[in-house]
Amino acid sequence: MTETVRYMDRTRDYYRALGYPSDYEWSRFDTVPFAPLAKPLSQARIGLVTTASPPDLGNRDASGTRQVWSGAISPAPAKLFTDNVAWDKESTHTGDRASFLSIEAVQQWAVEGLVGGVTAHFQGVPTEYSQRKTMEIDAPQVLERLRADGADAALLSPL
Amino acid sequence: MPTVIVGSALDIVEYCGVPRFLFTDFPLGNPCGPPWRQDLQRTIVGQALGLLRDADAPRTTGRSDVLWPSDDDWRPRYGRVKPEDVERLRALGEERRRQQAQGRKPE
Repeated sequence: MTETVRYMDRTRDYYRALGYPSDYEWSRFDTVPFAPLAKPLSQARIGLVTTASPPDLGNRDASGTRQVWSGAISPAPAKLFTDNVAWDKESTHTGDRASFLSIEAVQQWAVEGLVGGVTAHFQGVPTEYSQRKTMEIDAPQVLERLRADGADAALLSPL
Repeated sequence: MPTVIVGSALDIVEYCGVPRFLFTDFPLGNPCGPPWRQDLQRTIVGQALGLLRDADAPRTTGRSDVLWPSDDDWRPRYGRVKPEDVERLRALGEERRRQQAQGRKPE
């Protein structure tokens, strides 16, 4: 099997080259929560979560800080803004939104009966240097929005 | 809420620890499948949904058997620091720190 890319090493080397004095510390959990499905998958409504931004960058507040946002799945957005998050801009592209937020694929699985349905909105979560903002502000908001949308489970597909 | 993550940074997600993770061994940016390949995207999403149903404990990682439909040239490319880039990156870092000191948010 081909060796997988060691992104932590690459990121560490990159930020050292930028001259940052200390290495980034990734989130790490000794205890990982686990929620089983409360109903059969074929009856479960799936909510989708992305790290992309809306095309107009309307998810930024007055100070320029990105916030949690939601978008409709119908009509599904043709494009989303991805230039402000880290992905392999030399090797691929994000011109096909479904390659990172696969609304249509989940809808097809709903038609075929694998899942019960898809929520009316997808949720957008900012990628943050601040783990505190992600944990204490953004994550609870995403959960609240998923629940308000009737999601039984969530599929997260960060870029 | 039950969750499944579909992503391509295996080392980072497993270091963090998540309930369910479907690993797609692709360049970062297309976790759900290669661009314009609806057939492969459908397969991958189906695998992720299957993990949502079948996993019974946290830190469950599934590996998609869908292959990136081109060569492996992308693997060494991402985030590498080439000798000719060192000076440019150092200057970029200084500019970022200068902006941050002024309270601006660099994109």
